[in-house]
Amino acid sequence: MSTHAGDDNTHAGGGDVRGMHARSDRGHEDGAGPAPVLDAGTLFGASLNCEEAVHELYHYLDGELTEERREEIRIHLDWCGPCGGAADFEAELRRVIANRCRDRVPQGLIDRVAAAIDEESQQHDGGH
Amino acid sequence: MADQATFTDVAMEYMPGLYSAALRMTRNRADAEDLVQETYLKAYRSFGSFTEGTNLRAWLYRILTNTYINSYRAAQRRPETTSDVEDVEDLYLYKRLAGAGGSDPGRSAEDEALDLFTDDDVKAALESLPEAFRIAVLLADVEGFSYKEISEITDVPIGTVMSRIHRGRRALQKTLHDVAEERGLVGSSAPGG
Repeated sequence: MSTHAGDDNTHAGGGDVRGMHARSDRGHEDGAGPAPVLDAGTLFGASLNCEEAVHELYHYLDGELTEERREEIRIHLDWCGPCGGAADFEAELRRVIANRCRDRVPQGLIDRVAAAIDEESQQHDGGH
Repeated sequence: MADQATFTDVAMEYMPGLYSAALRMTRNRADAEDLVQETYLKAYRSFGSFTEGTNLRAWLYRILTNTYINSYRAAQRRPETTSDVEDVEDLYLYKRLAGAGGSDPGRSAEDEALDLFTDDDVKAALESLPEAFRIAVLLADVEGFSYKEISEITDVPIGTVMSRIHRGRRALQKTLHDVAEERGLVGSSAPGG
């Protein structure tokens, strides 16, 4: 029953995401006036769809895209609710992983390393 | 050319990160402490060849990683059982946590669900990744190095680094989801169903 071409399979397997995929390409469903076509790709002359945006999300979040491509993705994420939500989540997950993987250095290790370097430097200086 | 006398002044501040990374690599405290000590001694000895003004932190992680791979990996008490990760779809965790419940209207349900993971959950999930993926994700997501820096730290081509980071992240998401499922924090049904 797909009536709009192209995007229906972009979030294959993700029922929630696909189900929500209405904000940017289906227009309004409340019947108030004609449905504007708010597809970021169409509006900005780029052919970026959700599949491409999700595919490049890690590059985007890692700051590993050209300025031009970064802007294209940013625009898509601003316009597309599901993709924007996914990007926010991936960024939050990154923060959680970084914050939860910190360990306190045992004082004994700091002392050991300092002593080992001290000993090494004295050997190097001829033992005085 | 860096002056050895300044080594401790500039290098000791990186120990917390190096120690955490060593723990994820070796997966035990005794080996991690030895690895950090060996890393600092090697760095001190070759500090004369370090070019001042370049990335000291990346240089230290390079020594740490090389030392781990050359000296510790072979002696691991928990040898690698597999060297690859399974292919996991994009947005694996997001699709399954979205709508997982939550009471704070200011935050999304899936963001709130992340709070349920403890430090030990996340550490164990990361440590469960095969070594090459574990190191790549660790350097990218915990230590914040760029693809290029990770390529230089690990002596691995940048395309391979990218692939390991991305696949490793997705595998990590599946492991975290498994943890959440075991605890009954999320339903075990397919997403959106």
